[in-house]
Amino acid sequence: MDLFEYQARDMFEAHGVPVLAGKTATTPEGAKAAAEEIGATSGGVTVVKAQVKVGGRGKAGGVKVAKSADEAQQYAEQILGMDIKGHTVGTVMIAQGAQIAEEYYFSVLLDRTNRRYLAMCSKEGGVEIEKLAVERPEALARVAVDPNVGIDAAKAKEIVDEAGFDAELGAKIAPVLTKLWDVYREEDATLVEVNPLVQTTDGKIIALDGKVTLDANADFRHPEHATLEDKASADPLEAAAKEKGLNYVKLDGDVGIIGNGAGLVMSTLDVVAYAGEKVGAETGKPAPQPANFLDIGGGASAEVMANGLGIILGDEQVKSVFVNVFGGITACDAVANGIVGALDKLGDGATKPLVVRLDGNNVEEGRRILAERNHPLVSIEETMDGAAAKAATLAAK
Amino acid sequence: MAIFLDDSSKVIVQGMTGSEGMKHTQLMLKAGTQIVGGVNPRKAGTEVEFDGGGKVPVFGTVKEAMAATGANVSVAFVPPKFAKDAAIESIDAQIPLLVIITEGIAVKDSAELYNYSLGKKTRIIGPNCPGIISPGKSNAGIIPASIAGPGRIGLVSKSGTLTYQMMYELREFGFSSAIGIGGDPVIGTTHIDALAAFEADPETDAIVMIGEIGGDAEERAAEYIKAHVTKPVVGYVAGFTAPEGKTMGHAGAIVSGSSGTAAAKQEALEAAGVKVGKTPSATADEMRKIMKDLKK
Repeated sequence: MDLFEYQARDMFEAHGVPVLAGKTATTPEGAKAAAEEIGATSGGVTVVKAQVKVGGRGKAGGVKVAKSADEAQQYAEQILGMDIKGHTVGTVMIAQGAQIAEEYYFSVLLDRTNRRYLAMCSKEGGVEIEKLAVERPEALARVAVDPNVGIDAAKAKEIVDEAGFDAELGAKIAPVLTKLWDVYREEDATLVEVNPLVQTTDGKIIALDGKVTLDANADFRHPEHATLEDKASADPLEAAAKEKGLNYVKLDGDVGIIGNGAGLVMSTLDVVAYAGEKVGAETGKPAPQPANFLDIGGGASAEVMANGLGIILGDEQVKSVFVNVFGGITACDAVANGIVGALDKLGDGATKPLVVRLDGNNVEEGRRILAERNHPLVSIEETMDGAAAKAATLAAK
Repeated sequence: MAIFLDDSSKVIVQGMTGSEGMKHTQLMLKAGTQIVGGVNPRKAGTEVEFDGGGKVPVFGTVKEAMAATGANVSVAFVPPKFAKDAAIESIDAQIPLLVIITEGIAVKDSAELYNYSLGKKTRIIGPNCPGIISPGKSNAGIIPASIAGPGRIGLVSKSGTLTYQMMYELREFGFSSAIGIGGDPVIGTTHIDALAAFEADPETDAIVMIGEIGGDAEERAAEYIKAHVTKPVVGYVAGFTAPEGKTMGHAGAIVSGSSGTAAAKQEALEAAGVKVGKTPSATADEMRKIMKDLKK
């Protein structure tokens, strides 16, 4: 889960990382009140910052310096509701103004290739770091971090030295890096990025903007992370699926997909997309595309199947459904009973054609159960490619 | 021969007395695996009876189990929050092979346990994987032994169900070993490790490699194949239609920016001379052609 800047700010503050005062608002009036409070500490000057989980908001006009609370209100009025790269701004943060002397960059993240962590640091912050990494890689220090050691004082010194800070400045920055490591480790993050990390004209080091990605698998250690979730902008179908414990991702097509196992479901989406292209070319109609990713896992009980089908049939874009199950541990007869049970449970709620492909453990019995029930909406196909073609054809009708 | 696991493998199960552990220990025994013990400190000294497999003793620690039985493989079915401790226990006991089936382990725990294993004696497969089967010899994990029998194809895959699917497609030939390495961002054994082992295995004639979006493991495997693998390799990559920035089921299956895309992986594999199938069935067809040519 990616955090909003204000959430990252709060998290930084809780771990002793120096940040500026900041308060969120969802209305212009709220922004004014926040600016009155925050501005009192910085000569009335505040910065109104759009809270969106996407880069480039400054260029898009989502960050404005306000000289008074009234001005902060005006800017908030402009920024709230603004669309930044497809993200609608629902919240602004009113931050304390600061006199910036220099801007730096720091991040620590999971390095999948080397299966450890990577710290990156540069004297040239405030810019697009991806661009810097490509155009002037020598300006971006990359230092490997052992997960079992982390960024201790010695590693922090190595990082600032590697980035080319002089001894005095490096000694000021290094302790901030160890605190940012505390955020990374103690919050189970997979990314902590500060861009820019600034030095103010009075010589203070401050994390001016932060980006944090948290590992959902570590939620058991952090029940408090649940409150950070952005429920307001979640897709309603994804939210409903999550509530039922389903692994579902909404896509933009018209063929609903249910399968077991992440790899097989990803593969199913691809096979449906290919079949859809073919159908599109043959019929001259828009090519049917996968409507979602839904992995029901190994169990595939009637209840899970019913929940999954319920979500998919609730997607108005869906015109046909492809159920693709390989019975590994799960026997296909159990899966077939799950489908039949789900359809019976849904009753008249089941309205769209279902193409079912079962293979593997106990497949004959599974197909027999489906054939016997002979549900008017269900057709059985023997192969994955054949079933995808059928589902795409049905969606094009 | 086969890779990593054969008929001399003596297997213990960490978490054997849990419901998943019980179910799969039963299945592993049925597949002919020599299960020599289970580990659970709270049930040490007891025995568990399995259908047709007799009684399996439960030990308090991996070390005790190894000392008493000569076990050289551990399969872990422990819940995510205990997985790191279970793995470290096995690494400290110097077990040669540890298969971590557990899904949903925090990436910090995986990163810490993997780095802890460096320079030590334990090979880790997984986590979040179906394990490894050398059909007719031994099965360490949850791959259904009924799908395919012994043969001369080696298979390595990030995905469990695609492993099953591909074994099913190619069941007419059978497999030397099939290994699911898992779809998490940090895993122990990689595609490259498995490719190297299959290349060295005299009982493997050809290799199927299944990848998916996220990371650069497939690209690096492609480079490895180009430089070191002489046996024919066919490949499959899942996730062409996955949108950027969304995790597709597996924690590691995510396209970020332009990196980790299926197209880039396919391109890299094809540049290394790997035939890449558009669908699992098309991939199996490529392998069929290769097996036919090898017979000549």
